[in-house]
Amino acid sequence: MTDAMSIKWFWFASPQTFYPLAGWVARASGILAALLAAAGLYVGFFVAPTDATQGEAYRIIFIHVPAAWMSMFLYVVMAFWAAIGLAFNTRLSGMMARALAPTGALFTFLALWTGSLWGRPTWGAWWVWDARLTSELILLFLYLGFMALQAAIDDPRRGDRAGAVLAIVGVVNIPIIYYSVQWWNTLHQGASVSLTRSPTMAAQMVAGMLLMALAFWMYSIAVSLARVRRIIEERGEAGT
Amino acid sequence: MLEAIELECERGGRKLFRGLSLALGAGERLRIVGPNGSGKTSLLRILCGLLAPAAGEVRWQGRSIESLREEYARHLVYLGHAPAIKDDLSAAENLAIACTLAGRSASSAEISGALERFGLGGSAAPTRRLSQGQRKRAALARLPLSAQAPLWLLDEPYAALDTAAARTVDSLVQAHAASGGAVVFTTHQEAGIPGAKVLELEGSLRV
Amino acid sequence: MFSIARCLVMRDLLLAWRRKGDVGTALLFFVIVASLFPLGVGAEPNLLRAIAPGVIWVAALLSSMLSLSRLFAADHADGTLEQMLLGAAPLGVVVAAKAAAHWLVAGLPLVAIAPLIALQYDVSPALYPVLALSLLLGTPVLSLVGAVGAALTLGLRGGGVLLALLVLPLDVPILVMGAGSVEVAAAGLSPAGQLLLLGAALVVAATFTPWAIAAALRISIE
Repeated sequence: MTDAMSIKWFWFASPQTFYPLAGWVARASGILAALLAAAGLYVGFFVAPTDATQGEAYRIIFIHVPAAWMSMFLYVVMAFWAAIGLAFNTRLSGMMARALAPTGALFTFLALWTGSLWGRPTWGAWWVWDARLTSELILLFLYLGFMALQAAIDDPRRGDRAGAVLAIVGVVNIPIIYYSVQWWNTLHQGASVSLTRSPTMAAQMVAGMLLMALAFWMYSIAVSLARVRRIIEERGEAGT
Repeated sequence: MLEAIELECERGGRKLFRGLSLALGAGERLRIVGPNGSGKTSLLRILCGLLAPAAGEVRWQGRSIESLREEYARHLVYLGHAPAIKDDLSAAENLAIACTLAGRSASSAEISGALERFGLGGSAAPTRRLSQGQRKRAALARLPLSAQAPLWLLDEPYAALDTAAARTVDSLVQAHAASGGAVVFTTHQEAGIPGAKVLELEGSLRV
Repeated sequence: MFSIARCLVMRDLLLAWRRKGDVGTALLFFVIVASLFPLGVGAEPNLLRAIAPGVIWVAALLSSMLSLSRLFAADHADGTLEQMLLGAAPLGVVVAAKAAAHWLVAGLPLVAIAPLIALQYDVSPALYPVLALSLLLGTPVLSLVGAVGAALTLGLRGGGVLLALLVLPLDVPILVMGAGSVEVAAAGLSPAGQLLLLGAALVVAATFTPWAIAAALRISIE
């Protein structure tokens, strides 16, 4: 019983067997992502009602909020795989964490950029130091730091494991950073400027954001798996 | 005492050795020879636990050294290529620190005694001012104070030594083996230690 | 175990003493950075008084970062780091001792010098104790978190800058709480909350970072 169960778990932990699986899951997720994105954008731009206070400009939240969710979610997933890699000494987990980072960084940047685009018509400034945007900025630094560390290390195994330690330290810090930035924001600006004060959510708005979030998730899976495949190839572990 | 089972080592993309096994009992000396780059230092570092082998395991008295960690470290003395001394401290200060780090308190009499054996008694100058040979001897001065560690792992102990110092190393190694310890060392030169087992590492493969 | 920790701290202090110049430059950097801000933003007293806590804290962050890259590098180069890994004490204790020595040499002096900078910025003397206490609690955390970065970047090219990139985002909560405590006190409120949080951060860091530092060292030294 235990033998069969352990075989099941670690069967796909070998880069060689994971490689083809990753290929077709990536393709399937890519298609799903496109479909969900089409649905989400349709709901966001055509179905959801115009906001009373912010007009049409608010529609950027259909990208901004899901992107922000993804940026944080992906960091946690990255740290999870990193921890698995360190604990069980599996090669694939480290490669997975390495593959997730650029996508996470992309979503963080997207959240920041769309946040800026939202801020301009709403508050008149291209950047506001509100709690969420500032936390996203620091999250971007954490992602870039992770990628820079791995880029600076020649040995792939050392790079995977060093990155893993950094990711774990980072994930523990993220809630602390988030709360300290929240507090900092109240200390300096009171209750004035806040991009996080979203309009009261009509059901269609929530639906739109959820669809986009799922679309981004499928996209992340597709792109990260494609990247893992490339890493597996580079390290010569793809087999025949 | 010390067992290595099917060790495999990969450095910088090259497989240095594969399927390497060895066993060392009390009183035995093992000499590891091989050309430069054949993995002598890597093997020694795998045996100490500083480097994890790509495959295989090392066991001390039947238990894997990975699970033993400091317990294993307490039973060994490793002298690597670098003399492991701080330039800004004197030989005596360095030796005192090395002993404390290893968990063995040494009196100043013992320390000066050990330094004397290697001809470094009485020098209070920072080791930056010593010659390469003297620095090597300052590092080797740990040996007389390491009788309590059964396993000695020495990387090129004879490099940069004159005959007198080399003879001191010989007698220390002999004495240690005679009292039940084990010594593993790497060397280019024809070491004057009779009765040592030899493990030869060729450029890219095993025993 | 504690005798080994004490031995390491004394060793590092002795080494720093014999190389006073190195220690002095990091502290001088602190003073120079803090002195640059008025040159950049103008010397209007109200403005300076307002930015003083933040400036002092940022300067402290940068200054402690400077000496961090040397934390393990020198020992790694001459082989003493390996001996520490093979010593009789658990690696967690060894690295905690190294971080403690770093703080004594690079962090604690900042606590002493900060009032001088505060003087330059015409900060009310009533705020000096809060400033000093916030630095006293925060700088050890900077040393501990910084040591993780130092261990991860050991021997890498671009070491010092890469270390800063990795560690500065992680230092943000300490910066916010540290500077914030002084600002809260300046507004007439009690900084107790922020100072307690700093203390809590110190306890948490002291408990958990040694694991991370030790793991990172073992990874880097292979």
